[in-house]
Amino acid sequence: MAYKSSKQQYLDLYRDNREVLEDHSVATLNACRAAAADVLAATELPRRGYEGYAEADINAMFAPDLGVNIAGVPFRVDPSGAFRCAVPNISTLTGFTANDVFTPGEGLQTRLPEGVTVCPFSQAEEHCPGVLERYYNTVAPAGNPAVALNTLLVRDGVLIHVGRDVQMDKPIQLVNILGGANVDMLAVRRLLIVMEAGSSLRLLVCDHSDDSRANVSDAVVEVDLGPGARLEYYDFEESSAQTSRYSNIAVRQDAASHLDMNVSTLRCGTTRNEITVSLDGEGAECNLGGMAISDGSQLADTSSTVLHNAPYCTSNQKFKYIVDENGRGAFEGLIRVAEGAHHTEAYQNNRNILAAGTAKMHTQPQLEIYCDDVKCSHGAATGQIDARALFYMESRGIPKAEARTMLMQAFMADVIDGISLEALRDRLRHLVELRLSGIHAGCSTCTPVNCNNDIKND
Amino acid sequence: MDNILLKVKDLKAGIDGKEILKGINLEVRPGEVHAIMGPNGSGKSTLSGVLAGDPRFTVTGGEAYLGGVNLLELAPEDRSHEGLFLSFQYPVEIPGVSMVNFMRAAINAKRKYLGQEPLSASEFLKLMRQKRAIVDLDNKLASRSVNEGFSGGEKKRNEIFQMAMLEPRLSILDETDSGLDIDALRIVAGGVNKLRTDNNATIVITHYQRLLDYIKPDVVHILYKGRIVHTGGPELALELEERGYDWIKEEVDKKG
Repeated sequence: MAYKSSKQQYLDLYRDNREVLEDHSVATLNACRAAAADVLAATELPRRGYEGYAEADINAMFAPDLGVNIAGVPFRVDPSGAFRCAVPNISTLTGFTANDVFTPGEGLQTRLPEGVTVCPFSQAEEHCPGVLERYYNTVAPAGNPAVALNTLLVRDGVLIHVGRDVQMDKPIQLVNILGGANVDMLAVRRLLIVMEAGSSLRLLVCDHSDDSRANVSDAVVEVDLGPGARLEYYDFEESSAQTSRYSNIAVRQDAASHLDMNVSTLRCGTTRNEITVSLDGEGAECNLGGMAISDGSQLADTSSTVLHNAPYCTSNQKFKYIVDENGRGAFEGLIRVAEGAHHTEAYQNNRNILAAGTAKMHTQPQLEIYCDDVKCSHGAATGQIDARALFYMESRGIPKAEARTMLMQAFMADVIDGISLEALRDRLRHLVELRLSGIHAGCSTCTPVNCNNDIKND
Repeated sequence: MDNILLKVKDLKAGIDGKEILKGINLEVRPGEVHAIMGPNGSGKSTLSGVLAGDPRFTVTGGEAYLGGVNLLELAPEDRSHEGLFLSFQYPVEIPGVSMVNFMRAAINAKRKYLGQEPLSASEFLKLMRQKRAIVDLDNKLASRSVNEGFSGGEKKRNEIFQMAMLEPRLSILDETDSGLDIDALRIVAGGVNKLRTDNNATIVITHYQRLLDYIKPDVVHILYKGRIVHTGGPELALELEERGYDWIKEEVDKKG
């Protein structure tokens, strides 16, 4: 089969519709498009087998003829009933993004404390002047072609800004919904989180999708953590077999800042998550984790890069996968310790269960160290369900299928236990149990009556 | 009516194509305690594993019935539901699965099999509390992951605790005395004795006479090279303790 480059249709789309797009966007975004076009023109969207892309085929992901919402046509969102809400009741401060159109819920509009802004880019100048211009497109890896594609076509996005020393106690939840259009869509999404010195925030981002169409999302998330800022960031995908997701999360951490990040895939079609954390200030810490359950013919692929650029920084990574049936999983993890980043502590761990002989897992842990006086380790292990534990449980009368489910759930326990948001932890434990029992991980308790109503920790 | 709880007839089994059990015959009646002794490698643990349905072993011939039910046709969980219990020589650690969830899953699976409603949370916890007392199992252990970080003695006590919870008709204790100090041995044996009734039976697999001081057998079998070569009363165990296994080996090997 002849190789077909899928980027050209997007470059053409941009060339032919540039004015419409720019009319519906903002100056800061428009100012970055030409350079992004140059990057995309000069590179190729990675195909399967490229260095670092053992499983995911980004070129193929973007190959279909997809609709892009360049004129900002609004999509109807019915938060209470239009989508399967898998993680309800975590927050009353909720925003919805239908494909690429953001709508803040009532709480976000009226109940945010002083110093916290959550708004579309189109209103950023009004709410916190200068922030978008100063930070937009400064953290994401500009040379990455899938990021360039996003920068080229993104029309709007969501800005979260937390002012100096503002402690945002209540969690914020952003729900992304893909689909609902009458064509296959490419949703180009962008999230910019700017946390000023000493601020704190807990954020949950959920990705859902409509089952009916082959929809694709290209999301770029940029995070800038000022000195001493603390962010807990949870990203859960619970989509469908028809969905393709490309996500690039880039974080820059200043001195003594702290990041807890969990990126998990409960259900997907084809997913590629790229996470880059730059520890640029002394004493910064990050905990990265995630889990993926991949069966059917799903692909859950995560690439993490932690860059230790300053002394006395700590990073901890733990990623776990269960792959079953014809599911595939991939984990590529790189820790790079720069010259001068002495007293670095960097740990990475990837553990996987192959639940069936037909499933496939690729793992590639990497360490690059250009400095003495560091503590680093990485480990990867892929195995089967423990046959002795299984027989032990069966011998006590626990049916095999149930015993397998319990063991797989136990395998994920430490990733879930690492989540500090209690309501979310409990919910996730339940979702994983449902998921592993073969029940669709939709929200069984979620009806339009109680969905997104009051929350436990509100 | 023949009142036989376990009937094993000419049972043959092996592992990886190597035959270990070469025709076992055994009958156990309700209320009885049988001891199976024998030198290392004679097939003692294979016998217990085969009866419980350990997938590592392949049955190549013979029969095994528990209360008239053909054990060899049943999945391990159904053997448990029919009243078979194996106390493991090496209890398995299961990190991430709490004792409570483990036990509740086991109890409710059995109740479902018997057509009973699941226990409520409070009924279940009450049952746990009662049964824990039998082997003096600390509540802290009961709230931890299954066997994780338990000492050797705690693991064996946990086995007897599970036995108390499941109320089996036939318990097989595989080297339950191994790795126990004398105090732990007393507690474990005491627990087993408390659970004895006229309707259940116990098979004690052991290398040494020591455990049989605490759990008095009615019948003692000697297993050697995959066959039961001697059956006698409790005095047989004492004789083994005194003379060792060599005379048995010589006797059998001479016959060829």
